[in-house]
Amino acid sequence: MNLLGKKWITEWLEGLGELTLLARESVLSLLRLRVAWRDLVYQMYFTGVKSQSVVLVTGAFTGMVLCAQTYFQFHKVKMDTATLAVVSVGMCSELGPVLTGLMVAGRVGAAIAAELGTMRVTEQIDALRTLATHPVDYLVVPRVLALLMVLPLLAAEDIVIGIGAGYVVGVGLLGIDHTYLWANSQKYTGLADVAIGLIKAVVFGGLVGLIGCHKGLSCGEGAQGVGRATTEAVVYASITILICNFFLTLTLGHALHTL
Amino acid sequence: MIEVRDLSKSFGANHVLNGVSFRIEKGESVVIIGRSGGGKSVLLKHLIGLLKPDGGEVLIENQNIVAMNERELLPVRRKFGMLFQGAALFDSLTVAENVGFAFRRERSLTEGEIARRVAEVLETVDLPGTESMNPAELSGGMRKRVGLARAIIYQPEIVLYDEPTTGLDPIVSDSIDELMLRVRDRLHVTTVVVTHDMRTARRLGQRILMLHDQRIYATGTAEALFGSKDPVVRQFIDGVSDEKAMAKKAASV
Repeated sequence: MNLLGKKWITEWLEGLGELTLLARESVLSLLRLRVAWRDLVYQMYFTGVKSQSVVLVTGAFTGMVLCAQTYFQFHKVKMDTATLAVVSVGMCSELGPVLTGLMVAGRVGAAIAAELGTMRVTEQIDALRTLATHPVDYLVVPRVLALLMVLPLLAAEDIVIGIGAGYVVGVGLLGIDHTYLWANSQKYTGLADVAIGLIKAVVFGGLVGLIGCHKGLSCGEGAQGVGRATTEAVVYASITILICNFFLTLTLGHALHTL
Repeated sequence: MIEVRDLSKSFGANHVLNGVSFRIEKGESVVIIGRSGGGKSVLLKHLIGLLKPDGGEVLIENQNIVAMNERELLPVRRKFGMLFQGAALFDSLTVAENVGFAFRRERSLTEGEIARRVAEVLETVDLPGTESMNPAELSGGMRKRVGLARAIIYQPEIVLYDEPTTGLDPIVSDSIDELMLRVRDRLHVTTVVVTHDMRTARRLGQRILMLHDQRIYATGTAEALFGSKDPVVRQFIDGVSDEKAMAKKAASV
């Protein structure tokens, strides 16, 4: 057990070190302007446009269920009109970025790991290197950059859809007065909540991209290796998002709410 | 031009290369033979810096590439072209995009000039008019030809071939051999071929290196090696399995 624990810690630290080096190399590549811009546009399309259905469904149903559940509790203490304020703050600072991050980790992070992993086992990455092309310039930077730019947009969309769906459920199904409902949500949702959500989304975008690329580039041999890399990319990205979210809430909350 | 000094490489407990040393001169055509899993491809990948050795040096025009990082290696690799065992074509790109990849990345030529050079090199490898095809539509032999076109389009000084005829029928293998000879003679490149196909070795090798037991076991001209009386060399060239060789030895005793 002790040996297993040591091995796990060593592997975890190794992975963290490799991920840091990959991030460093990506920043240097970006500064050298060695990025494949055409691929960046394609990756933005793949990450943004192709994730629309996932984001819309997630945002809508999260907003709706949060509204219903909050109403059932608030109704007991006659605070019905504060329902949408809870939905709004919750969607902006927590649920919007986190759920979008998790959904994109499952869809895009997995696709990145599988694509790069397959390229590795079929020697396409070695072929790239023999053609005097750095894999980070050609493969990693366009994907990470696309996620950094697109995830905040997707999170913003998720937030808007969530609040909208919550409003429809609150007014249409639960019969809450729409004027007070809307006024309270505006009163209690600050610019800081929106900023926290968007900053978190940028961080989560970078994490999903880097972890997906790292798992793909370091994938083991054969179909089993690709399968494992794909699973690990999703699991590690999801866990990292959830852990980072806690620390981001603490630091950003302190920094932005006290301004 | 290429010098390998005391190279060693292990994967975990599996020692693949141990004290491998040799030198390849400019314009020479060298074939490395040896048993499957004996480390030939691993050795080839060290020549272009795709793998880092555990010990030893690899010198390309007197530059030790072992000490270089990935970015420092990029200009050195510009001197090389490499054909992989499975061709390693980028499956999301067309034939034309695969072949013109290096030029497009460098952004040094116009699209028209790249298209002209791609057509020219595809003509050289006997695949004219295949520009718009996808790698998935190509046969094994065609994939190797496209891989070779991609490797030679920017006129490298050294071309590395990793098992160029493996998995191909004898007729296609022969045409790939012809193509490699044509590339060697037309472009005057240094050629390094890794193979266990004895026909390819005999046709292409001005000099043959035999990798056995983690080191260069024998070296010499094709005639010298194919006429060797050494039992290990003979066993490999004649294609005799260990069991048969042992039975033969027992019978002679």
